[in-house]
This record gives sequence, structure tokens and C-alpha cells, in this order.
Amino acid sequence: MELYRLNISEARELLDKRKITAKELLNSIYQRIESVDSKVKAFVTLSKDKAYEMADASQKQINEGRSLTIQGIPVAIKDNMCTKGIRTTCSSKILENFIPPYESAVTSRLNENGYVLIGKTNLDEFAMGSSTENSGFFTTRNPWDIERIPGGSSGGSAAAVAADECIAALGSDTGGSIRQPAALCGVVGLKPTYGRVSRYGLVAFASSLDQIGPITKNVKDSAILLNIISGKDPFDSTSAPVAVPDFTKILGDEVKGLKIGIPKEYFIKGMDREIEESVKTAIKKLESLGAIPVEISLPHTEYAVATYYVLATSEASSNLARYDGVKYGFRAEGKDLMEIYMNTRAQGFGAEVKRRIMLGTYALSSGYYDAYYKKAQQARTLIKADFEKAFNSVDMIVTPTSPTAAFKSGEKTEDPLQMYLSDIFTISVNLAGIPAISIPCGFTSNNLPIGLQIIGKHFDEESILKAAYAYEQSTDWHKRKPNLWNTKR
Amino acid sequence: MEYEAVIGLEVHAQMLTDSKIFCGCSTRFGSEPNTQTCPVCIGMPGVLPVLNKKTLEFTIKTGLATNCKISSYSRFARKNYFYPDLPKGYQISQYELPICEHGYVEIVVDAEIRRIGITRIHMEEDAGKNIHEGAGNYSFVDLNRAGVPLMEIVSEPDIRTPKEAAEYMKKLRAILRCLGVCDGNMEQGSLRCDANVSIRPVGQKEYGTRAEVKNINSFKFVEKALEYEIKRQIKVIEEGGKIIQETRLWDSNKGITESMRGKEEAHDYHYFPEPDLVPITVEQKWIDEIKASLPELPDAKRKRFVSEYGLPEYDADLLTSEKTLAQWFEEAVKSGGQPKAVANWMMGELAKLLNEENKSIEECQLKPKQLADMLKLIDNGTISGKIAKTVFEEMYKTGKDAENIVKEKGLIQISDEGTIEKAVDEVISKNPKEVGRFKAGDEKLLGFFVGQIMKLTKGKANPQIVNELLKKKLA
Repeated sequence: MELYRLNISEARELLDKRKITAKELLNSIYQRIESVDSKVKAFVTLSKDKAYEMADASQKQINEGRSLTIQGIPVAIKDNMCTKGIRTTCSSKILENFIPPYESAVTSRLNENGYVLIGKTNLDEFAMGSSTENSGFFTTRNPWDIERIPGGSSGGSAAAVAADECIAALGSDTGGSIRQPAALCGVVGLKPTYGRVSRYGLVAFASSLDQIGPITKNVKDSAILLNIISGKDPFDSTSAPVAVPDFTKILGDEVKGLKIGIPKEYFIKGMDREIEESVKTAIKKLESLGAIPVEISLPHTEYAVATYYVLATSEASSNLARYDGVKYGFRAEGKDLMEIYMNTRAQGFGAEVKRRIMLGTYALSSGYYDAYYKKAQQARTLIKADFEKAFNSVDMIVTPTSPTAAFKSGEKTEDPLQMYLSDIFTISVNLAGIPAISIPCGFTSNNLPIGLQIIGKHFDEESILKAAYAYEQSTDWHKRKPNLWNTKR
Repeated sequence: MEYEAVIGLEVHAQMLTDSKIFCGCSTRFGSEPNTQTCPVCIGMPGVLPVLNKKTLEFTIKTGLATNCKISSYSRFARKNYFYPDLPKGYQISQYELPICEHGYVEIVVDAEIRRIGITRIHMEEDAGKNIHEGAGNYSFVDLNRAGVPLMEIVSEPDIRTPKEAAEYMKKLRAILRCLGVCDGNMEQGSLRCDANVSIRPVGQKEYGTRAEVKNINSFKFVEKALEYEIKRQIKVIEEGGKIIQETRLWDSNKGITESMRGKEEAHDYHYFPEPDLVPITVEQKWIDEIKASLPELPDAKRKRFVSEYGLPEYDADLLTSEKTLAQWFEEAVKSGGQPKAVANWMMGELAKLLNEENKSIEECQLKPKQLADMLKLIDNGTISGKIAKTVFEEMYKTGKDAENIVKEKGLIQISDEGTIEKAVDEVISKNPKEVGRFKAGDEKLLGFFVGQIMKLTKGKANPQIVNELLKKKLA
């Protein structure tokens, strides 16, 4: 049996029925990584010693009949979440050898529920990018076509899930970094409501937008992981004291009568025809299940990308100030303090990170603050209000996740603006702080996955999970697997 | 031309909380470097601040005590700059929406009450400390202090003289200490003061260009630094020069302020709202609770001391500058001491003796009741005021009661006319020359005779009787 193919529920059952052991499952995962990761390059660090320790401990629990939700389940973690004693790099040279002395809130919670940490996945440096090409180490490849990018910034996690190099993974999403790679890799990615999941231990890119979420092989697994990582954390003031339901309970409920908003601004002239067709077919499918499509308008959509790139870079310019070579991480020498700062940051950060630090620093300069940062905050309020208004008449909103399927490596690296537009359908959601899920909804003629985005109301992950699950159960897209043996390299 | 100074003070007060403002680390002073740190206060990747509620309570207390409006909605902001002692590359402070605004304190200068406006009070975190000694070509950084909670108290430019500035600082210190939110120790840095100073011709309304004077690290230097800076500015203007808006450092050794130009360019701190902390909302109910729990504040106490005890403003102000001092005074009065007499002895002899030993009133073994009892001995004529000084000093040093001291040392005043007359006669007969000169009109010699008699009676003779008898005998 190819154990690495299992999803969480399947693995849970086999483990609890003692048909397999946690170690066998882990062995299978590491063998899979051994055989395909030279092509996919999803992992920055493999934590084998730790993983086998965790698997052993899990097996004990299982043997005692006390297995927890994800007891013994091998999970990959995006390398911007701190793992105590395990290198956490953010795919940046500046943190290449950083070993956190503390555990992030999400990995603590996974730990409390018995997970096995198999390794840390690649990302665009500090989660800044849409392709993993901005990783300070290497580019991850799309398992469906290794000449193409897996999306980003959680490209490593999405590719690892798609290539069955883990059972499930966590990603983080600031402007689409979970959903866009999930779409491009043909897996499920959920960005929860801002405040649903603690950010403690998530290396900050843009604090008011960052949110951690699951990347999984199916909708149910996302619900299972969301159950574990959600909830108020005393160490994150921005985590919300909102009750956490059991997100798996609603799965299977019917979608009959649900009003799904179709924003006209997301279906524009000149958009990729195959994407448009797949998404429209998906909407028809939902309609056939009883949902009622309603055309809506989100009139400030066109300002989302600009707004995002002012706010996200402003926050980033400040969040990344701590990497100065003084306390930890990479330090370049210099003849005085200023030179140490400049050399450290010039050599430690990659081009995109530097570009964004400069953009953000500029936007926050006195004299420009009102024109950029403040204006962007005002635009953000309008974008939020668009959604609030829309949700008065619909239960959820359905859009494409990404304007294109996976593009070729190098195709957009020379044109940052073109790259920024990869997130055009996902960014508004972060600005509004609402939840959204991306699920597979078809393939291009090149056999590249296409993602469907379902956007929900504040703290209403249940509705989008319900709809996503209903759609998934009536389609086969999520069952398709990339064939990594047919690839050229 | 005559000039007047316009001064505004920015005071940083370290709050007396057990733990830091955004993490659980201890705020204790003087520990081994970097032993009171955690991932949060050393700015490791991914960590988040969580507000210590006590700091909010302390700041609201201070705001209420300085007649500020407490904002029901306020928020933190990031002040961005690079420095090794600032681990995150930004300081979490407040900018647009501070927690307290529009307050004032009253000070007494030359027996007149002046009101000094408080623009704002906000919370922020302290930075660490760079250490250059013993580090060779490098520098060390100690982050124990990073994240220690501070209040920044910004005054309006209402202060006109260095003396007022000093009085304002003393008043703030008294309030902070009374509230128990700051120990007010300038020398140890728990109370720090930067001053914005400008001058203008008397009568002119517009402000002149201001210089900011930093590094004023002792009460003593508040006045000195400002006096120097004002003189410097007047000199510059009178010599036809212009004041440059700049930061100047007070050098207490040289007794001058020096420009920091070149070291510190005009800073752009890129302030923006701190996204890692939710805005602070304060319910009126909580504000009311805090208000109800406030102790009697120095100003209220001062006013009460004037009305209740009939003390002059000056005495009342001084005695209410410290909670412990006021307590001591009130206890002495309660034990029967006449208020003005108690005040005189406290501000005179007691202050002198405490100063000599550099002690505070808490460390003094003399009890308020003992002073009151001694005052009774003066009132009933048992001892003279002069002898009382000796008795007081003895009480202060030994902690013994006045009555015992008087008995042991035989210091009871001699009021028996016969005994005093003998002494008077003896002195007159021993000093015929002086008697002659006195009778010839040299009346200043009366003091000489009194002195001789006191010497003879070891100071115990009732001075009034001595005077009367002398005048009679020499007439």
C-alpha cells in the first residue's frame, strides 16, 4: 500500500485499527520524499530525528488506545512558523541558521494533538512572492509540471501535499499565499478569518494580514486541522475570543438554498478562458446542488492590489527591521555600526524583500504617509465595506482563485508587477480579514489544476467548508494525482 | 532687551510594575546583563507583544491625578529606528491616540500658584542599554531594560523659568510617588527629563526657535541646565545670531549644553499604528473605579494643609511633596503639636539633620509624637527654645524622649528669679568695664551680658527673665 497517498481520515483509521504503525507511515512519507523531492524541492529542512521520536511517542498513545486527533500523522510546516529546536529560515539567508528557542502557537497545538513534524517547507523569502522563486535557497517545482512554479508563497507546502510528500501541511496567507499555491497544485487551501488562528511564532510579514491555515488533500482534512489550530491565544492579542465550532460537523450538510455571490469584477474581459470556463462550470455544479447564484458587485476591487502593496510593504518594512545582525541570524562584518547594518541587510535579504522594504519605508515616510499609508487604510475600509454589503444578500462569494494556472519558472520574475497580479483574486480577502478556501475545480488543456475560491463571512468558515465539501463530493478533481515519473527531469 | 524663556518638559517615568510592558520578564534593576529577557523582549522572529494591564492602570492613575481626560479609545504605534539596544528595530509607543490628554498640575513658585498644562501622557517600552566599557573593539548590548514600561508625560510650553521647571519636576515626582507608580529616582534613571527651550522678548507672543536639551539626569541639574541654555540662547541672539532647532546634551561636568548635531540627523520615525496590538478600549466604569481608589494627591493635600492647619502655601507645598513627610507632619499634629511649630521644626532642624546624613524621613528613628511632646515642654516653659535644639538633636540621634533627655542632662529651664538674679549680679560685678560702656550708651552690649549669663547657667536660664533683670539692674 502506498501509505503516503493517505489523507488524514484514512490514516487515522488505519493507525487506530493497528493496520499500520506511525513509524510505517512515516517511513513511507520519507521514502516518498526521497524519491520525488529532488524533483519537487518542497523541503528546506527535514526533521527526521524529531519525526521518529514523535512517531514513537504517538505509537505509544495509539497502543494505549488514547490517540488524539492527528496522532501519528506526518505534517509539513511552512518554514516561517517557529519550531523549537528545528531550524526556521523563512527561506532567507538572513535566518539560514536560526533555531528558535520557542514553539509557534500552531505547532504547539498540533503537538498537543499528536502530530509528527516531518520537515519545513520552502517559501518565497519571508512569504513575499507568488511562485517560491523568491526563496533565498531554491525554487520549488509544481508536481504537475516541474518546469512550472507551484505558486507561492506557501509553494513548498502546497507542492508537498500535491506530491504526497506529507499527509497534510500548514501554510500562511497574507495576500493569497495559501490559496494561490493550493489552486496551482490542485489541493485544498484554507485561509481562516483574521484572528481565528494565533500568529504567535509565525514570522511576521504583514501583521494585519497574515493568517495561518491548512493545505490538505481534501476539504475534510482542512476542517480537521482548522479545529486544532483555531481559537484565542493569550500570546496573540489579535487572536479573537470567538467560539470555535467543530468544523467537521457541518460537512455533508446540504447547500440547498445557499446564495452564492458572483462578483462581476472577478470575471473580466481578457481573463484566461479555461479558468473562466472551469469556474463557471463549478458554479453550475453548485447550482445543481441547490445553491442560488446571485450576481453581485465589489466595486473597489480594482484598488485591492495597490492597497495591499502599500499596507503589506509598510508593515513589512517595520517587521523586518529586527534582522540587523546584532542579536541572531546572519551578520556581515563592517567597520562601524552603520556598515554592519548595511552589509548584513544587503547580503542577507533577497531582491524582492529589499524591494518591499524600500516600498514600505517610502510609504511611511513623513510627508508621504497621508498619500500612501493613510489613503490605503481608507481604501481598505471601503474594500471591507464592499464585502459587508455583499454579505447582506449572499451567504458566500465564489471566484477563481488565480487568474492563471501555474506559469513557467522565470516567466514573471523580471516583471514584479505582473507577479503581483497573481494575487489579484485573493488579496481583497486578506484586506477584509474574511475567510476563503481554494478547492480544485478542473484542469487546463495542459493538465494544470484550476482552483475555485469560496469566500465567507467573518468567522463563518463553516459555510465555506460546507459548500466546498459538497462540491468536492460531487466531483473527482481532488482525486487526480500528478504523475511525477513522467516528468523530464 | 529683556527676554523670557518658554519651556516645555518631556518626562519619562519608569513604571513600578513587577513585569515588563509586553512580556512577563522581571523589571528588577541591576541584574546580570540579559538575564531578564525572553523571545518577546529581545525581538525574536514571530513573537508578539501582549499588553501588561497594570501599565495601563498606572498610566490612567497618573492621568487622573494630573487632571487629564482619559481616552476611551487609544492605540499603540511603532516608532521605527535602528539602534542595537532596540531589538525589534522599532519602539512600541503611542502616537496619534495617547491614553491621557489635556491635563495640568499646579506648582507653587514664590508663594504663587501656577498651572502647568499637560499635553499628553502615553505608555511606551524602554530600550536596552549599549555597553562600551570592557568590550574591546566591540560593544555589548544588555536587554534587561528592553520592554520596561515607561510613561511619557509631555507638558505644554507653560513653564517660564528654570525654577518653575524644577518645581514642576518636583510636583510630578510627588504625584508619581504618591500614586506608587514610579519611584521618581532621577539619578537611577527611573525619572528622566528632556526640555524644549526657547526664548522671546518679553511681551512677544510668538515662540522663538527651540532647542531640545537632553540628558538632564538629576533634580539639581534641571535648573542648572535650563539656566545655562537660556543664557546661551540670549547670548546668541544678542550677538546677532540665530537659534538653530537642534538637540543639545547637558554635560553636568562642564556645566554646559552641547549640540548633538552630526550625531543625530532630523529623524523620520515612520510612525504607524502597531498592528500586533488591538486598540485599547477603556470602560468608564473602570476609570471611575481607579478614580475612587486614588490616594489624596499632593495638590489636594497642600490645599487642605493650608485650610485645615493654617500653614503658609510654602510650608504646605513642601510638607506635601512626599507622602511620608505629610504623614509625619499630621501624626505630630495629632499628638498635640501646634501645626506651624511642627512645620518649622520639620523644615528646619529635622530637614537639616536628615540632609546631613542623606536620609529620608522613613529612615528616621525620631517619632512624630516625640516632637509634639518636646513642643509641649517649650510651651509650658520646661525648656527654652534654645535648649530645645540640643534636646531635639539628642532625640534625633538616640531616639529617646525629650523629657528623659531634659532630666538626664539637667536641661530644665531656670525660671526662678532668685537663681537668675545671682547669676546676673555675678556677671555685672565681673565686667565693670562693659557695664560702664553700656551705661554710656553702648546698648549693643546687652547681648554680651545675656551670653555671659547663659554661659554661667549652661543655657538654662529663662531668657525672658534674664532680659528683664538685666535691664532693671543696668538701668
